[in-house]
Formats: sequence, structure tokens, C-alpha cells
Amino acid sequence: MPNDIILEIRSLKKYFAAGSRGWFSRRERFVHAVDGVDLQLRRGEVIALVGESGCGKSTLALTLMLLEEASEGSILFEGKDITRASPQERKALRQRIQMVFQDPYESLNPTQTIEEIVSEPLAVHGLTPNANERRERVIRALEDAGLKPAADYLYRYPHQLSGGQRQRVVIAGALVLEPHLLIADEPVSMLDVSIRAEIINLLADLRQTRGISVIFITHDLGTVGYFADRVAVMYLGRIVEIGTMREVLQDPKHPYTQALLSVIPVPNPRLRRKRIILQGETPNPIDLPGGCRFHPRCPLAIEACKHTDPSLIKISSSHQAACLLLQP
Amino acid sequence: MNRYRYLLKKTGWALLTILFVLVLNFFLFRILPGDPARALTRDPRMKAEAREILRVRFGLDKPVINCFETLTPLKLGDCRVNPFETQFFIYIKNLLQGELGISYKTNRPVADILAERLWNTVLLIGAGQILSIVVGVAFGVFAAWKARTAIDYGALITGLVAWSLPTFWLGIILLFWGSTHGFPIGGKATPGSSTYPLLYQIGDVANHMILPTLTYIIVYMGEYMLVMRSSLLDVLAEDYILTAKAKGLSAFQILKDHAIKNAMLPIVTLIAINLGFTVAGAVQIEAVFSWPGLGGAIFEAVESRDYPLLQGTFLLIAVSVILANLIADLTYSYLDPRVQTE
Repeated sequence: MPNDIILEIRSLKKYFAAGSRGWFSRRERFVHAVDGVDLQLRRGEVIALVGESGCGKSTLALTLMLLEEASEGSILFEGKDITRASPQERKALRQRIQMVFQDPYESLNPTQTIEEIVSEPLAVHGLTPNANERRERVIRALEDAGLKPAADYLYRYPHQLSGGQRQRVVIAGALVLEPHLLIADEPVSMLDVSIRAEIINLLADLRQTRGISVIFITHDLGTVGYFADRVAVMYLGRIVEIGTMREVLQDPKHPYTQALLSVIPVPNPRLRRKRIILQGETPNPIDLPGGCRFHPRCPLAIEACKHTDPSLIKISSSHQAACLLLQP
Repeated sequence: MNRYRYLLKKTGWALLTILFVLVLNFFLFRILPGDPARALTRDPRMKAEAREILRVRFGLDKPVINCFETLTPLKLGDCRVNPFETQFFIYIKNLLQGELGISYKTNRPVADILAERLWNTVLLIGAGQILSIVVGVAFGVFAAWKARTAIDYGALITGLVAWSLPTFWLGIILLFWGSTHGFPIGGKATPGSSTYPLLYQIGDVANHMILPTLTYIIVYMGEYMLVMRSSLLDVLAEDYILTAKAKGLSAFQILKDHAIKNAMLPIVTLIAINLGFTVAGAVQIEAVFSWPGLGGAIFEAVESRDYPLLQGTFLLIAVSVILANLIADLTYSYLDPRVQTE
């Protein structure tokens, strides 16, 4: 069912110029923020994108939002290539793809009331010219985002709300356009642990009630388990393992995923596990190591890893990992 | 309700500050060395009796203040007098009656001199301020919008250079240049022009304002531009700007609806602060261009130890700075909703 795919990413790359090597060198250098990502997202599916900071997951999100220009590759949204969309097409797309940013303290304009913030997208896209109708949609979005009764919030300012409430306002501002795809870039990492579950439950509910597809970006594998259908693990601009949530969390194949999972605290003091602590720093994304990009830190690296860059290897119909050790 | 209390609190502080300035103003000039009666009568032929008469006339024979232990080193106090007979008491009493005293030098009421001079300064500095704010903010927005391009760097360097020019030096340079290009170089109007029709007089004053206003704009524009640029760049880096972009707002809408309003906050503070420095800057500009304003009045009053006139100008400056700050505070509470609930 090709129509079932809402978003398809084909070998997407995003490089940033990082200046030249020296004063006299003409060779330009690049940060390989996103370095060949392939991904398919089904309608109504939630995919978690996991990776440490600097692995390119936020750049990937911004590129998908067309806030950054892709260097290579293409993005197909609802069957159409949007990588090089015109400004008009972009504006139309913004109604269907919306984003929730990490820090709810930064992503709301402090001089606007909640009503102004949530209703602005409607005005910008020329939806609901009727003021009553607009207010109704704002109220509906706020209540869908869990701010009930919405009338209590309309005339308040962001600084009068808590972090969790602010993030709900951000989500309401995204929902009011009734998007098909929501990209949430670490939406809970700035919030208290008690609030995190609430926001994640809210996103899970939205998937149920509105059938929205969600790309949920996080550096914390622990929060993924709650509601993602699939998990993609990113390392230095690439997806190194992807599979259903159960496959990746219970039977990780890539050494990087195994290391990430081994350090998640488990609420059982008697359970003794072997923790894999990765040695060394993440390599500089300007000078990527040759061969497998994980080999300098990999506890299982073999000689071949220094020379051969592995591609994703199929483990099951839904599970893939990029590691030479998995080769048959 | 909240806003009302905020307003009340700020007004209360403003009044308290004015009171403090009143007292400070009085002692500040009396601590200075020099005798006004002597300054008035530089003429060595003047007899001691005549000088004494002048002293009595201006109340300078009375002690500055009654007994006040801490002030004895300054030789200002005297314990044997009636407190109501001191200069300080008379000063406060007169002020409460709206009486600013008589200028020692010109013998005219200080209030009259100030009224006439203030209007000239407001005309010159008002025009200069408004134009430099408009031009500076506009260039600042433009530079921030074109950040890290040749336009931006050009504006940045121009702004820095303009900001660091000494006011009097720039004034003198422009004065030289203007004198060879047919601009009037001093005063407020052509002598004898008061008999001409009103329209001609207005044009004449405007013509006289060109060079001093230009000096003012060049010096102050740079500051507004640099502050606006960096403030706007800060705001443009905020997440809510990215959010707005993701919501589909055009670059112009983002600038107009989100960025400029937030970036204006430091400018409002700067304007309020500058109104104080404005008079200091005006001292230089008015001295260079012989403009009959407050700055010129300060300059002349210092030369002749004209206490009442100095007190009057300082009081006026202090009150206007405090008022400007009050207005800035109130504007803030309107621009930034976070200010009310501190």
C-alpha cells in the first residue's frame, strides 16, 4: 500500500560549511550533520528517533520541516517530492507538517497572549476568517492539548504558566492547523519527570484520536518505550539500527544500541547487568573516521571495521542494523 | 489592578528621587569653591560695601544651614541662627511656592530663563533624538536582517565610528564645512528676522537647526543602530522565531509581529537613559553652535557661579530624566507583560 506511506526520506544529506582547513587551503570542509538517512513513516505511526546530542537528529527534523535546505537526497511527503518546493508550496505544507520544539520557555513569544499564539497560524494561513469560528478552533486545540477549561488560559501570558502548561500551549499551536505529521524535537527533555509522562500520554492520545503521524526525537531511550511503534537509532548523521520498539529495546543488534540500552536505570536493585560504557569522545563530524563510523568507540570492533563502511543489514522484515558483525 | 499598583509604586519612587535631587542640588553648588558675589563683581574698583549690599540682596549673607555637626568641615552650618533664616530653608520655601530664584548674573527670574531656554533645547534635541532614533533603529533592523553580509559589516563599522566621534569635534568639523556651503553656523535665528513674516521665521530657525541636528543625529544614531542590531539578532535566534517560521509566517511577518516588538525593549531603556545624557551632549553642541538652550545656560552659569540658575537647570534636568525613566517603565509594562508581575 504505497498510499499508506506519509513520509519517505531517501538518502537525505545535510552538510554545513565549516570553513577551510587553513588560511591557504582552498579545500572547503563540511560538518556532516545528516549523512545519508533513509526512512519511511506510515500514516498514524509513531517513530522514535534516538541518539546522543550532536548526532544530527535535530538537523534532520529541521530539514524535514524545510527550515534547512537539504544538501542531497529527497523528502517525499504524501507522495510528493517537497525537497525543492516553491515558497507557496512550502507555506501550504506548513499546515500539514508541524513541529514542537524542545524548550517551552524559549518557543513562545513572551509578549503574546495564549490566544494570540494559538490563533496566529490560522490567521497566517487565511483559515477561518470568522472570529467566532477561529476562537472555537483555538479552544478546541487548547482542550485537545489538555488545557481545560481553555477559557482560563486564553488571556494569560506564557510567563504565567508552568513548563508543562507551556509545552501544551506549543502543542496546541501545532494542532490548531490539524497537521498530518507532527515532529517533536525532544519535547520533554526540559520538563520535570512527573510532567514528561503527561506530555507523552498526550502525544499518544493525539495519535489515537486524530491519527497524526509523529516523529519523536529524543536522546533518552527510556522515554521511548511508552508509545513509539518503531525506534530508529542515529549515530553521527546516520541511522545505525531501526526496528519495532520491541525488537530494538529487547533484542538490540548494533553495539551502539546495546551500549545505550545497558545504561538505562532499571528499578530493580537486585538486577545486576553489565554496563557498556563507551570509551572516548564522539568523533568530530567534520573529519569522520574511515570505515564504520562507530569503530573507534566500539567495544566489539574487528579489523575490517576500519576499512568497510557497513550498510543496513536486514535481520527481520522490520528490523535492520548497520554492523559488519551481523553479516551472514 | 496589578498595573495600577505598579504605576503607583513607580510614581512614588520618582517623587522620592526628585526630593533627594532637590536637597543634593542645593548643597552641591555651595560646596564648590568660589564666591558668587566676587564672581559677579570682578571689577576691582568695586567697594566692599557695595559687594556687601549685593550679598544681602541675594541672601548670601545668611548661613547656608543651621547647626549640623556633620557639615562643619564644609563650613556650611552655623548653630546660632534661627533655622528659618537659613539659605536652605528659604530655598525649600521658595521652591514650594514655585519660585526658582533670581539669576545672580542677569537679574532675571530663573523660571523665565529656563522656560525660554528649555523650549530651544526641546526643539533642537527633540528633533535630533527623534531623527536619530528613527534612522538608527531602521538601520539597525536592516543590518540585523542582512546579518553577516557586506551591508551588515559596513553598517557596523559606520555605526561604531559615528558613535565614537567626539561631539564637539564633529560639531566643529561640520561647522567648517557648513560655513563654506552657505549654512548658518550659529545662533537660533538671523538677527533682526523677528520682523519678517512667520513662515520666513520658521524656515530661518529650521535652517539654523540643520548643522547642530545633523551633529546630534550622527553621534547618537550609531548607538541606537548598534543596540537595535544586536538586540534584534538575539531575538531572531530565539526558538519562537523558528516556531513562527515553522507555522508558515513570512520573513516580513516574523520581523513585524514577533521580532521588533521584543527587540525594542532595550531601545526603550536606552532612550530613557539618553534623555539624561542628551543635555550633557547638548552642552557641547549648543556651545559649538551658540544655540541658546539649556546646555548653553549651564555653561554660562558655571562660569559666573550663578547658583540659582544652576540649581534651576539641574533640577529641570533631574526631573526630566526621572520623568523619562517613569515613562520608560510604563512603556515597558505595556510592551512586556512579564514586567507587571515581578
